[in-house]
Amino acid sequence: MIRFENVTKKYGDTEIIKGISLEIKDSEFVVLIGPSGCGKTTCLKMINRLIEPTSGRIYINDKDISEMDVIELRRNIGYVIQQIGLFPHMTVRQNIELVPLLKKWPREKRAERVKELLDLVGMPPEKFMDRYPTELSGGQKQRIGVARALAADPDIILMDEPFSAIDPIARTQLQDELYELQQKLHKTIVFVTHDIDEALKLADRICIMKEGTVVQFDTPEAILRNPADDFVENLIGKKRIWKQPEYVTAGDIMITNPVKALPSRTLAQAVEIMSESGVDSILVVDKENRLLGIVTAEDIRSHRDKAKKLEEIYTSNVFTVKPDVSILNVLRLMSQKNIGYVPVVDENNVLKGLITRSTLVNLLGGN
Amino acid sequence: MPVAEYINFMLERMDDIIVLTGQHIQLSFIAIVVAIAIGVPLGILMTRFPSISSFILGLANAVQAIPSLAFLGFLVPIFGIGSTPSIVMVSAYALLPIVKNTYTGLTGIDKAIVEAGLGMGMTEQQLMTMVRIPMALPVIMAGVRIAVVMAVGFTTLAALIGAGGLGQLIYRGISMVNNRMIVAGAVPAMILALAIDKIFSFLEKAVTPRGIR
Ligand SMILES: Nc1ncnc2c1ncn2[C@@H]1O[C@H](COP(=O)(O)OP(=O)(O)OP(=O)(O)O)[C@@H](O)[C@H]1O
Ligand SMILES: [Mg+2]
Repeated sequence: MIRFENVTKKYGDTEIIKGISLEIKDSEFVVLIGPSGCGKTTCLKMINRLIEPTSGRIYINDKDISEMDVIELRRNIGYVIQQIGLFPHMTVRQNIELVPLLKKWPREKRAERVKELLDLVGMPPEKFMDRYPTELSGGQKQRIGVARALAADPDIILMDEPFSAIDPIARTQLQDELYELQQKLHKTIVFVTHDIDEALKLADRICIMKEGTVVQFDTPEAILRNPADDFVENLIGKKRIWKQPEYVTAGDIMITNPVKALPSRTLAQAVEIMSESGVDSILVVDKENRLLGIVTAEDIRSHRDKAKKLEEIYTSNVFTVKPDVSILNVLRLMSQKNIGYVPVVDENNVLKGLITRSTLVNLLGGN
Repeated sequence: MPVAEYINFMLERMDDIIVLTGQHIQLSFIAIVVAIAIGVPLGILMTRFPSISSFILGLANAVQAIPSLAFLGFLVPIFGIGSTPSIVMVSAYALLPIVKNTYTGLTGIDKAIVEAGLGMGMTEQQLMTMVRIPMALPVIMAGVRIAVVMAVGFTTLAALIGAGGLGQLIYRGISMVNNRMIVAGAVPAMILALAIDKIFSFLEKAVTPRGIR
């Protein structure tokens, strides 16, 4: 168990961590997330005392870590960092057995442990043991990073954006592997990320931070259902569709800069605007940005006189929705009326955005 | 045919040249060993006490700026004539590149690497021997290489105070206005410097751990 009690950190006059209190349970996978500079790394490094708090206390199993031997403390906590945490002048084997070596394990036990760990992270020992980090792919390096952190079988593992520098496909795989590993090993893991998808996928609980404070610390489900404030809502934003589509609104997913034109435009100009933006319809709005109607490429094609104005041809009975309508209702509307576009307008009919079929498809695809 | 004359002259004096080259190598070698023995630990010490690092680097720089003849002149009253003042002077000059490269090599290591080491529970000393020194070795060797080439050059001054070496042929040549004799000293000194540079460039590669080549 890790417990923060009123922990603060100041550099000069700036307070980076503003009195954090929280408790991480044994075998819990906790993800720290928040914008750059909010203090995630600082919090993490205070656990292995690479950074000392300015005030407050941190306890591990009810022991104040500031009273522990710092070297001993660190050897009993696994630590995985972003990118180049591996020692480039050491082979995979030397990297992995480092902490056991520091702890003076006998040679045979170390050798055995290295093989065991390489097997665990799915890298055949004979093939990889004697390679140098430069001879590995990004994903393989991170696996070795994880193996190294596990080497001396610590109860606690700290991971600072371990997968952020890795391509998306390999990242997904590493996340799955880490998840499975955790199902087997039940470590207490504190994991820092920028990526809300990663957090939702891995965390037992997510700790959302902002400017040195904890905004919300709860299970992914609870955070999705009841975001504490606008900041959290923004952070999880579009992700809610995955788990809780009823909480996602038209405003969350709409395109906020739809292609639009004034009614005084000619058809020729409208064609030009559409082809420039690669769309096949255009919203007609007045000078106050109030929605008047819609014109599709097809509509324009049926008029031979391209000097005509949009105001002469636009369709004015358009189905629209308000920003706070659930996307389930938007979907229903689209399929019932068989329409591909739903403009989003406020109570004064001012255009706020547009939802198209492809917006929804992209969203469901996870983008 | 002047070139043939020069070559003939050198062949006639071959025995001399070999003996003097041997002396030259010996003098520079001792000086370099002294410079390494002082410079590398000094560089390591500087990483522990960063506050003194600029002072020491400044001092080494200042030493380097002393004109070599004047330096030698100062040393004679202290150490007498012979090889000792020559070795002292040459090692003093060779110190700067060694100290500087040792220090920059040890401190220039990526912060993330250092942090990984500390985070895994290495002591400062373990970090030094297991991470900093192995990773800095190529940089340190590059400093040694510069120092060695310098040392071979400065050792020609040793002849002025009776310590021998290839400088002896050069100074005798100057005082006798004998160009052949000057060349007989200068050419082997040049070849020696180039050869040593080559050897150390190999050594530099050899000490570079495979993973950071
Ligand atoms: N040594 C330092 N001196 C002064 N300020 C620092 C120092 N280290 C970090 N900071 C500041 O503390 C704040 C928090 O840093 P921290 O590294 O914890 O952020 P983070 O949440 O991990 O950000 P990122 O997502 O970019 O990694 C930042 O504003 C940073 O500029
Ligand atoms: Mg960080």
